[in-house]
Amino acid sequence: MSEWVEERSRPAERKWEEFYRNRFQHDKRVRTTHGVNCTGSCSWEVFVKDGIVTWELQATDYPQLEEGLPPYEPRGCQRGISYSWYLYSPMRIKYPYVRGALLDLYRQAKKEYLGDPVNAWAAIQADPEWRRSYQQARGKGGFRRIRWDEALELAAASTIHTIKEHGPDRVAGFSPIPAMSQVSYAAGSRFMSLIGGVIMSFYDWYCDLPPASPEIWGEQTDVHESADWYNARFVAVMGANLNMTRTPDAHFISEVRHAGAKLAVFSPDFSQVSKYADWWIPANPGQDTAFWLAVNHVLLTELYHKRQVDYFQSYAKQYTDLPFLVEVKDGQAGQYLRAGRLESYQGVENPEWKLLMWDEHNDAPRMPNGSIGDRWAEEDKGHWNLELVDNLTGEDIAPRLTFLDHHDEVAPIELEFFGGEGIITRSVPVRTVQTVDGPVTVTTVFDLLNARFGVDRGLGGYDAVDYNADDVPYTPAWQEQYTGIHRDTVVTFAREWGRNGELTNGKNLIIIGAGANHWYHNNLLYRSGIVALMLTGSVGVNGGGLGHYVGQEKLVNHASWGSIAFGLDWGMAPRHQNTPSFHYVHSDQWRYERGYRDYDSLPENHPEQHDHTIDHQARAVRQGWLPFFPQFKDNPVDVVRQARRNGADTDEAVSDAIVERLKSGDLEFAIDDPDAPESWPRTWFIWRGNAIGTSAKGHEFFMRHYLGTDSTAIAAEPDDHGVTEVTVRPDAPIGKMDLVVDLNFRMDTSALYSDLVLPAATWYEKDDLNSTDMHSFINPMQAAVEPAWESKSDWQIFSDLAAKVSELAGGHLPAVSEDVVMSPLLHDTADEISQAKVGDWRAGEVEAIPGKTMPRFKVVKRDYLHLYEQMTSLGLGVRNNGVAAHGLRIGVEEFYDELARRQPDQRTRGGDGLLRPSLERDREVCEAILALDPASNGELAHRAFEAEEVKTGRSLTPLAAGSRDTRIDFSQLIAQPRRVLTTPTWSGLIAKGRAYSPFTLNVEHLVPWRTLTGRQHFYLDHEQYIAWGENLPAYKPRPDHLMLSETEESLAEGQDGRMFNYLTPHGKWSIHSTYSENERMMTLSRGGYPIWINAKDAADLGISDNDWIELYNDNGVFVQRCTSSSRIPRGTVFVYHATERTVGIPISPRRNKRAGMNNSLTRTRLKPVLMSGGYGQFTYAFNYWGPTGVNRDTFVYLRRIDRPEL
Amino acid sequence: MSMLFHLDKCIGCHTCSVACKNLWTDRDGAEYMWWNNVETRPGTGYPTGWEDQDHYKGGWHRDDKGRLKLVLHSKAGGLGKLFYNPSLPELDDYYDPFTFRYGDLFNSPQSEQQPTAAPVSKITGQEMEIKGGPNWDDDLGGSDIYARNDLSLEGVDDAVRAQMEEIERVVFNYLPRICNHCLNPACAAACPSGAIYKRAEDGVVLVNEDKCRGWRMCVAGCPYKKVYYNWSTGKSEKCILCFPRMETGQAPACAHSCVGRIRYMGVLLYDADRIEEMVSRPDDELLEAQMDAILDPFDERVVAAARAEGIDHGWISAARRSPVYRFVKEWGMALPLHPEYRTAAMMFYIPPLSPVISTIEHNMVRLDLPDKRADFELMDELDKARLPVKYLANLFSIGDEEPIRKVLSTMLAVRTYKRRQSVDGVIDDDTLALLAATGLTEERVEDIYRLTTVPTIEDRFVFPPYHREMSIEQLEDPLVHKGSTGFGSIRAPKRGA
Repeated sequence: MSEWVEERSRPAERKWEEFYRNRFQHDKRVRTTHGVNCTGSCSWEVFVKDGIVTWELQATDYPQLEEGLPPYEPRGCQRGISYSWYLYSPMRIKYPYVRGALLDLYRQAKKEYLGDPVNAWAAIQADPEWRRSYQQARGKGGFRRIRWDEALELAAASTIHTIKEHGPDRVAGFSPIPAMSQVSYAAGSRFMSLIGGVIMSFYDWYCDLPPASPEIWGEQTDVHESADWYNARFVAVMGANLNMTRTPDAHFISEVRHAGAKLAVFSPDFSQVSKYADWWIPANPGQDTAFWLAVNHVLLTELYHKRQVDYFQSYAKQYTDLPFLVEVKDGQAGQYLRAGRLESYQGVENPEWKLLMWDEHNDAPRMPNGSIGDRWAEEDKGHWNLELVDNLTGEDIAPRLTFLDHHDEVAPIELEFFGGEGIITRSVPVRTVQTVDGPVTVTTVFDLLNARFGVDRGLGGYDAVDYNADDVPYTPAWQEQYTGIHRDTVVTFAREWGRNGELTNGKNLIIIGAGANHWYHNNLLYRSGIVALMLTGSVGVNGGGLGHYVGQEKLVNHASWGSIAFGLDWGMAPRHQNTPSFHYVHSDQWRYERGYRDYDSLPENHPEQHDHTIDHQARAVRQGWLPFFPQFKDNPVDVVRQARRNGADTDEAVSDAIVERLKSGDLEFAIDDPDAPESWPRTWFIWRGNAIGTSAKGHEFFMRHYLGTDSTAIAAEPDDHGVTEVTVRPDAPIGKMDLVVDLNFRMDTSALYSDLVLPAATWYEKDDLNSTDMHSFINPMQAAVEPAWESKSDWQIFSDLAAKVSELAGGHLPAVSEDVVMSPLLHDTADEISQAKVGDWRAGEVEAIPGKTMPRFKVVKRDYLHLYEQMTSLGLGVRNNGVAAHGLRIGVEEFYDELARRQPDQRTRGGDGLLRPSLERDREVCEAILALDPASNGELAHRAFEAEEVKTGRSLTPLAAGSRDTRIDFSQLIAQPRRVLTTPTWSGLIAKGRAYSPFTLNVEHLVPWRTLTGRQHFYLDHEQYIAWGENLPAYKPRPDHLMLSETEESLAEGQDGRMFNYLTPHGKWSIHSTYSENERMMTLSRGGYPIWINAKDAADLGISDNDWIELYNDNGVFVQRCTSSSRIPRGTVFVYHATERTVGIPISPRRNKRAGMNNSLTRTRLKPVLMSGGYGQFTYAFNYWGPTGVNRDTFVYLRRIDRPEL
Repeated sequence: MSMLFHLDKCIGCHTCSVACKNLWTDRDGAEYMWWNNVETRPGTGYPTGWEDQDHYKGGWHRDDKGRLKLVLHSKAGGLGKLFYNPSLPELDDYYDPFTFRYGDLFNSPQSEQQPTAAPVSKITGQEMEIKGGPNWDDDLGGSDIYARNDLSLEGVDDAVRAQMEEIERVVFNYLPRICNHCLNPACAAACPSGAIYKRAEDGVVLVNEDKCRGWRMCVAGCPYKKVYYNWSTGKSEKCILCFPRMETGQAPACAHSCVGRIRYMGVLLYDADRIEEMVSRPDDELLEAQMDAILDPFDERVVAAARAEGIDHGWISAARRSPVYRFVKEWGMALPLHPEYRTAAMMFYIPPLSPVISTIEHNMVRLDLPDKRADFELMDELDKARLPVKYLANLFSIGDEEPIRKVLSTMLAVRTYKRRQSVDGVIDDDTLALLAATGLTEERVEDIYRLTTVPTIEDRFVFPPYHREMSIEQLEDPLVHKGSTGFGSIRAPKRGA
């Protein structure tokens, strides 16, 4: 038996084993990580052998959090571990490439213009035929390798020409989510900020931003690090496939089940995370809203009405707006009653911005601390906190949640329902309040909420009598028609949810993701779930709350990073653009529809809502709600020059002159005539991302209107667009972009379609910083090997470009030029208290006042001849003004000086001015970010809390005392991942290894949320929300194919397809498109991007597994092979998100062109109510607010085809 | 050395597979080798249908006289198959490894259509249509082609099988597989060249690349299809359990990289003299016999015997700290895959929980829950788990449902206990009665809980001291080795050598 057991006594036999030992031996291991789009922020060790990166494995040395929590190690997934393939793969971009058709024109033109690149470029642009010739060639091969110098020259020539001819705000830059490679992102954004270019947002465009978060919390997003999932005891996973998309974090969920937590998964398909759920609840796609509304109906009925739970009651009173008073007039719920309208509170500071609750003690309305008026107080500071005391007298307030037993009368209230029920009259108990302008009827938000949910509280009216009332919203029986889930399951779920919340003081956790957030009415979906969290006191506690994991928005060091990334150190005003509006307008997707009336749900109550989405967009820009670039049809540099010529000797005078010209119509907003050539973006830089490919919702419209190349879209424009505010030019422009530049390490779809492709260093070839919301560590990226072939880091490329622009700018741009930057009213500034009432200055409803009723206009000086110096040196602005976040300003002077001594900018040595820190090398930028931010510098965290103390009047600096001496620098990050510090630039408390849970600072230290009331909002009283019927939680139906008009032309093409709802959840074999074409991932999947359909649907259509399928609609076409499985719901087709056009994509038989990618079937539609601004938490900030690029509501035709031509 | 897979925690990510591929099989002739793969089950696995021993003839069987025979040899005789072996898997049972002509994206001249990178075979270099892969039925669940044909569904009630293709019961789980480094390896027994051996110190089964003559009997003989033939070198290769890593105290790449934290490794002591008898038992005694052969490292007699065999204290100490021992032997929660193959596999699996089934009422999906509220509804109704107990029993316990029920109940009891402790705040008599009924104590519950959820890397992987210097000493002075190792030129095994 043991003859094959090799004993140690025969060692020579086993010498051959060195065959494998030799393979394993390596020369170096280096800690680094993966740099774009992935939320993992995993610490990796990269193994180098023979100067070649050979493989990677996870580092496992994360510091442990508090006892009882599972460790983080190992972090890293199948995608990350396949990254090393890219470095030496045939997809690697090793040299600069340019489209041959363009290069020939350029070289010819340059000869004609005596070697002047800018004049040569101008000549190409001036000739429509030349322009068309290279635009039509985009994406169709013909790349040529060129020298770096010529590549930079082309990019610089186009940049200078665009600035000179059209204005700097026609240069645009797109790069996604900076957190994962902060320096690389900042490279381009800093370049854009310095030249006056447009910095395009990503979080809202990707539809990763959950608008419900700003709506309810005044917060972009703030979530639990994944270790905190382990503190939950009831977890509902919704629209998030953790095993697929949060692979390194999923173990906390599998593990917490064994710690006693219950797991419910909502997913229309039997997803990977469903496999270990206790309950899999296959609600119909996009219908989770109805389920949660019914859950809330049960919670309100059983745990608020029939019985009261002490914990829930006290939570509701202190941390939510439920006790706040709302005016009821003519059967309508209006705005919060303002303190300033009461005699007793006359004369308080910001009277329109302080709100009221009803005090049980003296049975009267009282003004508590913490409203937004306290936040922006100039005089009476120190009241912005959640103490339940009277703002004036300091007396305790006992908030009354309901007037049920203490009302003056019961008033009817008309509530709009959108599921076909129309207006239903329900009842609320009300009190009458004497105001300076007479008696006013008020109720509480809590009472409104009960009316909304149809809780039968014996007030009469049309309230639901029991859970089985299937025609009464929002009962468990009512939701069945939408979700397909039995009412009993809803009731069981709700009771278990309530029980868990009660017994654990709020350890109820919702983990939610793109499967929920990508629907048109995602804000309502999220709100319905958040209501169930707030009702069970689950927000701001460890193990409770909303874990929204879509996109990695958490750049922990954002205070210092923002100064560098947006040129604030040189006094720049960045042109921050919300990308959904930018692409909706500029890629002309707006022209293919008649606007929101076709796809949104409009309230009968407000018949004035009838125009086109772009009208709403245009008004939002002129009212200061949203940004838009180009800002004017004129070159902004010319606008300042003209104002100066006319005698404007101060910046205010320039602004006044602009206002006058805008009012007279002499100066036009570009948004008002979006297709005029003066309004086009011209030069587009893309780095770290796939802006033309997987980031392009309405991809085929990008092809046509941006690039001017082939498109598979067949959508027709309506005969009458129904537009009232903007000019509709008869023909949509084809090919708006003069030059598209892509910095990339792989030939992805964006690179394939760009004019100029610059070889970027991979993530194993540069130094950078990386952080995430999934854990609380900062990770470094380090060069394991130098950038291969001719590649360079993004920071080096943009620095080189800055130098080239300076070199070529002479004679084309003045030494110092003045530019005026238009910006909307901004969140976390006093702009939040600008517009108590909505008014359009153009319609004469209000006066035109910059920064109040319209955008602000700021004059900025630009020095194009010293761009390189500015780019690579940290300006004194940050020394003088400090860094800022969340409305707090933090002085950094001595740390600036220390940094300058450590890494001096040699150019500033020995001069008259101060020594400045150098930013020439990537590593130096990392050090600057770490040194000047409260998340990594304990003294600055302490200082930030000092600033917060002034605002709140609460003692907070003890929170930073324990880490005051901590200074995290790059060398420490290399040694081991370092945990960030507790700082008020975030909302979680993490001392002593406690897991980060958002809003624990608010709950435990009574720091208000950054909202109107300072509390979490059930009620949204922006006038626009009232007009759109979204002031209270609501169900709005999913737009169907008849509303979307994207299949009619396709039906006319032929009737051999069947219609499906088209879903594009995040996939298993890629992080967005990265890794997807990687040979490893292709091998483990099916060598393509399969179209998943239900096995019975496949059988009905005569389709076998692995057959070829064509998916098409009016927006475009997609061709791949099919995977059939009964885990997919019927009538639905899945294509896992983010395919590429580069690998194995056939010619479409139907459209006879190369088939597109997953976004070929989508078109973006904006939700107008999300354009509301100028008011409390509804105020613009970059990636914080605005309509999002939804893409889930799409319908396609599907048909089987024979093997197509490649 | 033994590895344990906690399948309830597996997320099916395949990080393990890529870690292994990067390190060991990313080269000519090894493209199709997945020493570590992950299968979606029910499904047909890799190579396709590998469990079909009627076809592949892997493993051992017990003949009429109770003697152990290789399935492969007992049918037609081993030598006769040297040149033609019909039970060898063919390329179609694996797949044609592919890549793409990525370079066309850079080099295509300007043309009417966008260029695209065509798929090409890595073996022939020719354009191809992709029809298979090493993970072709990934995440399919309820597939009428793959899941339905999973052999381990045999004996599962027909109505249940039909439901597994419907919303009420559709389900899947994952089965990561590496070489089982068996105690009774059929690959080694089948090798005509004597090239396959089991390392005495750690039980790693290796193909000696110098001695292998490429007969491929091991490929056929292994019932798990975990030996692969390298067409470039003409030799067979298989999982080496990353011995260069283990020898330096590091977990094998697949286990190290397991981001689901499902893998554990540790020493199991066994009595080598009992192996033959143990694997020759009748089917219904096999599993128990294998468990019995694992020795208690705390038993002084075992320790004395081990010492006598020259096993040093470091190994005994490691065996006592072995997480695998605790799960397998102390708690009875882990089982070998297909013990009926009689190879005495040394990799163990904890079978998984799955969601409660649903019913359809008036076209509405309704969770099929008991009338009375329960913390975890499956506790008393294991048959309402989506993954049929019988199916798991076919994988891990030769069709006997009892061991599976015991493991699943143990996991549910631990969950219930921890829920009552952390949610209700009391451990009442009901809870204690539940533990008693499941054969658990509070102390054991806490132990199981801790090793399941919060183990660190040191808890999951316990390696003994290898004393490489002592092995090396048998060939040369370690001091000499110190100065000379690595100076030899690296050579690949020569084809046909």
